[in-house]
Amino acid sequence: MKILVALKQVPDTETKIKVAADGRSLDPADVKWITSPYDEYALEEAIRIKEGKGAEVTAVSVGGDQAKDVLKNALALGADNAVLLKGDGQGDAYAVAQMIAGYAKDKGYDLILCGNKGLGGDNAAMGPMLAELMGLAQANVIVKLELGEGTFKAEREIEGGSEIVEGALPAVITAQKGLNEPRYASLKGIMAAKKKTIEELDAPAATAGAVVSALALPPERPAGRKLEGDAAAQAQALLQALKDEAKVF
Amino acid sequence: MILVFCELKDGQLRKPSAEALSEGRRLADASGKKLGALFAGASCSGSAEAAKFGADVILCAESASLASYSSDAFAQVVADAVKGKGATVLLAAATAVGKDMAPRAAARLGAGYASDVTGLSMVDGKLQAVRPVYAGKAFATTTFASAVQVATTRPNVFPAAEKAGAGATESLAAPAGDFKSVVKEILAKASGKVDLSEANVIVSGGRGMKDGGNFKILEELADAIGGVVGASRAAVDAGWGLPHSMQVGQTGKVVSPTLYIACGISGAIQHIAGMSGSKFIVAINKDPEAPIFKLANYGIVGDLFEVVPELTKAAKALGIGKG
Repeated sequence: MKILVALKQVPDTETKIKVAADGRSLDPADVKWITSPYDEYALEEAIRIKEGKGAEVTAVSVGGDQAKDVLKNALALGADNAVLLKGDGQGDAYAVAQMIAGYAKDKGYDLILCGNKGLGGDNAAMGPMLAELMGLAQANVIVKLELGEGTFKAEREIEGGSEIVEGALPAVITAQKGLNEPRYASLKGIMAAKKKTIEELDAPAATAGAVVSALALPPERPAGRKLEGDAAAQAQALLQALKDEAKVF
Repeated sequence: MILVFCELKDGQLRKPSAEALSEGRRLADASGKKLGALFAGASCSGSAEAAKFGADVILCAESASLASYSSDAFAQVVADAVKGKGATVLLAAATAVGKDMAPRAAARLGAGYASDVTGLSMVDGKLQAVRPVYAGKAFATTTFASAVQVATTRPNVFPAAEKAGAGATESLAAPAGDFKSVVKEILAKASGKVDLSEANVIVSGGRGMKDGGNFKILEELADAIGGVVGASRAAVDAGWGLPHSMQVGQTGKVVSPTLYIACGISGAIQHIAGMSGSKFIVAINKDPEAPIFKLANYGIVGDLFEVVPELTKAAKALGIGKG
């Protein structure tokens, strides 16, 4: 079986967001870049399938030279091949979906895995868009995946519970926290990855869907106040304030 | 036309759909367009309610083949409706179904997509969206390069405002079957409570809760004030047996309730990112220097194991949460 895992490089969750001089992008100074955590679940699942029933796993990312770190890490973790599509991987989900679809078509992947969203951009759109562009089944926000003969069965997180989605392979499956516990790269894996090369291709042409015209920090929250007294007095004061000032109740 | 994909639950219009419809009505008025509400399923009974929220037209794809949700089938029905009606704006609530269907429909229409938006406007006849990015650490103003523009609206942000519409009904063709994927079974949680992402009141616990069993006092408070219980990543990752579906933060759920009560949560950047969109924030923490207090409208420096039960007691005495 052939598996493609799409990985996105994103700012670490502890990043303090600063807006760049252009007023519409993230200031990259001091940003620590990581593989989007949801994509790590996707990659781990691919490696587990490879270990279980055998598969060839290809990791793909759209980005510049910097995104090679994500691919090197994927190779160290157990991906067989790595492909960098040179282009803007931080932009519009629709454009990225077209690039990955352009690369993946006619390559015969049985399964395409990625995170249910890229941390930061938070679009949660690339996977379903890729599925549509390639005419494949999709299952999103998946916490459990079983593969049959040409079929899949996936448990998907929904409001207040989960649901079982069944469909035909090839399919695009987007991973959610809980799908598995990603491993760390072993020294052996890291050494082996050094011998592998990352294939570099120009990203296929894509048209933009949505464009970010401005990026702004949220407004400061008004200064709050501390409630004094013992626990009972604090509790009383809080409920009164929520009732009378905030009118929550 | 502005089309809004709507969901029914037990024959009733879901609240996030009513919110999306209300916002659609506002945009339609601002741009001189008609508002259409779109339903798909085995039964569209209850869809007439969309007229209360301003729908001029109610479109129903009613078919046994749509009894269970299918990503590709629903995306096809919705995209066909957009094309058939010549709609330029497609909205859906950012629910589990909305977030699954809308990007697929957008790709089918060759359209740009803005997910989980918190603000919408019409500028020179084009849709403009404001959406949280980096889980709310920043807001991106998004414009569209495509003729058709697709967005999902974050629940609990846009007010559901009643405004009567004509509500003329029309039926749509439904695909026969042979779908690529389909929902076979829904495994509901026993509680039957609303999801964190739609909750109006959230009581959340962090590392200061010390153990998963102690979340019982948060449940009691939540029950008393009509809320649901969440947790920080520290608590979920502590091995206390809390499901990750409870996690609020950048790598969990991003929430926007009216009231968020943070108990024993210090306020790590990644947690704050997930809840800073709350209207009112209450922090209960022993450490007066905890960063969460910088965000809180009301802060209580104290032992949560004393304060929380007092709150529950006082809430019951005041009859809060009983409507």
